Amino acid sequence: MSEPTSDADGARPGPKSTGDLFFTFNRLALQGFGGVLAVAQRELVERQGWLSREEFVEMLALSQVLPGPNVVNLGLMLGDRFFGLRGAFAAVAGMLVVPFVIVMALTLAYAEFSRLAFVSGALRGMGAVAAGLIIATAIRLMTTLGSNRLGVPLAALFAALTFAMIAWLRWPLIWVIAALGTTAVAIAYARTP
Amino acid sequence: MSALVHPVLSTADLLGLFGHFLVLSLLAIGGAITTAPDMHRYVVAEHHWISDAQFSASIAIAQAAPGPNVLFVAVIGWNVAGPIGTLATMAGTMLPSTALTLIATRWGQRRRDTRFVRAFKTGLTPLTIGLLVATGWLLARPYVDFSAQGAGAIALIAVSIAGMLRTRLSPIWLVALGAVVGAMGWA
Repeated sequence: MSEPTSDADGARPGPKSTGDLFFTFNRLALQGFGGVLAVAQRELVERQGWLSREEFVEMLALSQVLPGPNVVNLGLMLGDRFFGLRGAFAAVAGMLVVPFVIVMALTLAYAEFSRLAFVSGALRGMGAVAAGLIIATAIRLMTTLGSNRLGVPLAALFAALTFAMIAWLRWPLIWVIAALGTTAVAIAYARTP
Repeated sequence: MSALVHPVLSTADLLGLFGHFLVLSLLAIGGAITTAPDMHRYVVAEHHWISDAQFSASIAIAQAAPGPNVLFVAVIGWNVAGPIGTLATMAGTMLPSTALTLIATRWGQRRRDTRFVRAFKTGLTPLTIGLLVATGWLLARPYVDFSAQGAGAIALIAVSIAGMLRTRLSPIWLVALGAVVGAMGWA
């Protein structure tokens, strides 16, 4: 499993070591307020260049249909791809250990801080920004639909239907994936040589 | 102080807690947060180990802190039974999904050039992007209304999107901006 940069073009740099994986995931987790996904895309694709946008979306797609926390699954997959099991655990440990200590410290301090109005105000502001970061990440990843084998109109339709079913109709994710996902994969299968 | 006082759980209760989170782990398609309603049912409604407010605060704290949101599971475990509770809920949540993900990713990597695996990725990519927009939308909704604060929140969201797409600024500066604007009561 330790094949180095195994991707189609072969030119993409990978993490240098499991330590590199640990510290990169630690750094991106510590920047990830309100969720890590937006930062993960920026660090892994735009800054480190370990994955192309297409590879990132594919990995994210898989980590979303598998049970479990999406970014943790993403870290497991990326770490495993470069350094096998050791890489998988290095990435996940990097992502969880320090944030875990911080969350526990906050839990102990919470009773005191929660009464202050400016603290709850700051949490609101951070929450709004976190929402904006996720939307920006989605917009940036939309460019990958241009090379999707389904074709842009059909791919855009599936994206829009997913959004409508989850955000407006509030249908359970598992049914949306079962119905839409099966259809999309079936069409893609027919169009794949 | 309340964070330091835990109900005393028997070994059987702890195993039950661990077992419940073990099962939920395999149902957590779309992330651990999608099983929060059932965690609530188990630890609040059924066993009364923690209060409704403690449960909500657990999620809020994990979202405000840096790192994966799944850490709310650790906070719930802590509130239920201290360190051993955290161990029970985190191990339960992480073990099954981790094992399944590793098996699935290796299976897929070995067959990545097959027609099925390529079609699988092609077909699911648009869903992933739709899901991401939906997540952003649902996270933004509680802040957006017709008040002055709502207008401030909309401005913050717009600035965050532009900052991410148009600059190479680290997102942490945008989050810091959000904290300051929020603390002033403007959003």
